[in-house]
Amino acid sequence: MTLQIENLTVYYRTLRGDVRALEDTTFQVADHEIMGLAGESGCGKTTLGHSLIILKPPMKYIKGHVALDEQELPIHDMKRMNPFRFKEISLIPQYAMNAMNPTRKIGKMTAELLGSRGVNFDAIRTELMRRLDLVNLPDSVLDMYPIELSGGMKQRMVMVLSTLLNPSLLIADEITSALDVSTQKAVAEMLVEFRNREFVNSMIVVTHDMSILYQIADSIMIMYAGQLAEKASTDVIIHSPRHPYTKLLISSLPEVGVRYTETKLQGIPGKTPLLLDPPVGCRFRDRCPISFEKCMEVPPFMEVEQDHYVACWREF
Amino acid sequence: MKKQRNKNEFLYFALRNVKLLIGFSVILLFLITGLVGPLLAGNEPFAYVNPLGPQPPSAEYWFGTTFFGQDVFSQFAHGLQATFLVGILGGGIGTIIGILIGFVAGYRGGIVDEILNVFTNIVLVIPTLAVLLIIAAYFEVRSIFSESLFIGITAWPWAARAIRAQTFSLRTRDFVDLARMSGMKPLKIIFQEIAPNMMSYLVMTFILQFGGAILNAATLDFIGLGPTNAISLGLMMQHAVNWGALQLGHWWWFIPPGLAITAIVGALYTMNVGLDEVFNPKLRET
Amino acid sequence: MLKLDNVSKVYRIGTFGGKELHAVSNVSFDVQDGEVISLIGESGSGKSTIGKMILRLVSLSSGKIELDGVNISVAKGRALKEYYRYVQGVFQDPFSSYNPIFKADRVFDSIREEFYPQLDNQAWYHRVGSSLHAVGLNPEHVLNKFPHQLSGGQLQRFLIARALLLDIKFLVADEIISMLDASTRIDVLNLLAELKERGLSILFITHDLSLAYYISERAVILYKGCIAEMGVTEKVYENPMHPYTRMLMASVPRLDRKWEDVNIELKGQSSEVAKGCVYYDRCPLAAKDQECVKRRPPLLEVTPDHLVACWKL
Repeated sequence: MTLQIENLTVYYRTLRGDVRALEDTTFQVADHEIMGLAGESGCGKTTLGHSLIILKPPMKYIKGHVALDEQELPIHDMKRMNPFRFKEISLIPQYAMNAMNPTRKIGKMTAELLGSRGVNFDAIRTELMRRLDLVNLPDSVLDMYPIELSGGMKQRMVMVLSTLLNPSLLIADEITSALDVSTQKAVAEMLVEFRNREFVNSMIVVTHDMSILYQIADSIMIMYAGQLAEKASTDVIIHSPRHPYTKLLISSLPEVGVRYTETKLQGIPGKTPLLLDPPVGCRFRDRCPISFEKCMEVPPFMEVEQDHYVACWREF
Repeated sequence: MKKQRNKNEFLYFALRNVKLLIGFSVILLFLITGLVGPLLAGNEPFAYVNPLGPQPPSAEYWFGTTFFGQDVFSQFAHGLQATFLVGILGGGIGTIIGILIGFVAGYRGGIVDEILNVFTNIVLVIPTLAVLLIIAAYFEVRSIFSESLFIGITAWPWAARAIRAQTFSLRTRDFVDLARMSGMKPLKIIFQEIAPNMMSYLVMTFILQFGGAILNAATLDFIGLGPTNAISLGLMMQHAVNWGALQLGHWWWFIPPGLAITAIVGALYTMNVGLDEVFNPKLRET
Repeated sequence: MLKLDNVSKVYRIGTFGGKELHAVSNVSFDVQDGEVISLIGESGSGKSTIGKMILRLVSLSSGKIELDGVNISVAKGRALKEYYRYVQGVFQDPFSSYNPIFKADRVFDSIREEFYPQLDNQAWYHRVGSSLHAVGLNPEHVLNKFPHQLSGGQLQRFLIARALLLDIKFLVADEIISMLDASTRIDVLNLLAELKERGLSILFITHDLSLAYYISERAVILYKGCIAEMGVTEKVYENPMHPYTRMLMASVPRLDRKWEDVNIELKGQSSEVAKGCVYYDRCPLAAKDQECVKRRPPLLEVTPDHLVACWKL
């Protein structure tokens, strides 16, 4: 087991009270697993991703344990997390491309970043070159300023940087969303390549785009309104999901070859609940076509089949 | 509802912002002094009330009397009025010109923007004080109004540039495009769609112009080019220095106006920083 | 009905405007009554610029746009306002489309002030009500609210309702569902389809191939401001002929099949090709010293209703 998360609960502190963005999540990510984390905006997927590495205000740790390679992560302590960040667990943020300091040459920035982690730049230089080569970036990027790189190039640069120390876990937050289809494909395939070459042990790929996950992920976990809904292998989630939300979500996705005149797709009626004051029990209850009295209680996230977890009372 | 909450949120942070509160209290204190003072001290700041000539502060003459036996407090209170008037008029004129030019340049863009930009830059690099000196010296009889006018028409370029930049970024927003597609005319779009989004900005511009006008007026007054028919804080200082208050140790004559100008301008800038923090969530101290 | 004739947009950039950026080059196509046509392209393809030119928010550098035979690309004042009575647009970001300090209804109010000052309150509310119903919104739920109190999907419907208040014939829908959540976006798309059934023509601007397929009869594929391929949607999708279209079709992530191992050249954006084909530097088919370098390929009809701009056909 690379990553084990137990009862992790994280809120956002706001003027009007706590936004309950992540409630009681328990799941595992296995060695070499690329887990896709999907859901709509506000479902808590980004909160989950970020809380594993930088849990800082307005995020507020409530409870739960996180263990990486059998070692407890002090995620609630920004300082004690420092030795883990970048070395053991690394993040590619959504706007990674803009995260680079525009006044520093990329090579210099890399050296500084490594220095701050006590790693000698020269010692790792050959490996860096090798990896740049792997993602089709010329060595000369190190002498360039971030502005001289295209969006796709920056994204690849950040990918190389964030995995340079072979972290055990990589969290990629919506890294393909702002890219063109062609670049998107290349970046997504690189993620797989990085895993195959064991630059990273396992990965959590956070995205709202299920079709990208279908291409690259081993498993997919679906979240809804701060709760886990379902986790299973990619094919199972796409082709035989069991949670009503997953079912409705998958069936609402248009694909090439589907036209409204022949197959009219339907969205999910209703709205996501406000997490400032979420409904009790299953948070999908109000929009769910098969909800019943039992749904007033929070459904547990249970394994209904080998490696298939569902949080729905109808499935137990 | 949102407006309500916005207002509440604004008040919430405004009432907790020390800088804003301190600045505002100082301004309020001087404003009240300027308004109420003349009622207490009488309406003739130049009247020779004390036959003994220069006297330090006493129960009868709170701020003492001048070399000629005039009541310093009375002059001070009237001077405050003049100072606020210059601030409001001069700052107001500067702000209005700045707003008009900034809005038009920012919204129209293109050639109009370039022409206005050149014009703004020209006014910007003209040494303001020198021009004010020449204008002021040209007019034999000068009033507070003419002084404010001169100050206003030389002080707008900074405001214009800042407002132009803001307008520029707002005009590319989709709701402005939508307003254009609703057939609204440019002026209507500027004042009904763009300006309301910049209210905080406009208020802050006015405060800065207000402070700048007071400083400019004090400078003019001090070098003897102030109003010829009124009293102001700057003029008080000029008189004090002319009649040897420094050498004779008549500190009560020049310290109050000097301190008041410093305090008012300082308070305005502090208020500005405070307002910035209130309006801009990123600067709010948590 | 709406016709683009050789429309181009050139921006002058660099110090003293010495360089030219061809955002849109010689684009021609037309939209029939009650037709949905998709304008598909990646970032920098000029698709939004075309939408904005149709909406007259961006001026044309050359060419013309006609609505029912009338050249509107130079319309001003009253004529332009009349044009807006028939042609309207909805943009990508629902939140940026509303002035954040006012209630959302304000977008209706400005329509009333400018176009229907003579209507009394009752007639107006009736009109607003039926517009809202037409887009599937309940007036009681959405009127008198501030933009942040409504969801992205509601806001986009609200904007469509605003357009329906006018005598609208043509709607430019610029990425209008790309910021909406998966579970609500399809309903907005279905709404567009419904409006189309009622005779509205729609220009559906998108980067998402599957959305375009779902809704449009015809598709236009743009690359760097030029039309690469266009025609009946099925033909373009099932038999893509331009190498760029083929690359797109191969790299779009799908739910019914996994990516094939097609190697995509990941060259950075190169300098603009002055004369030749805009896809030249990424094209696997292009060869040096050929027409590809020298001249821009014309858009030619390969089969009926299927046009491709490629020398290598």
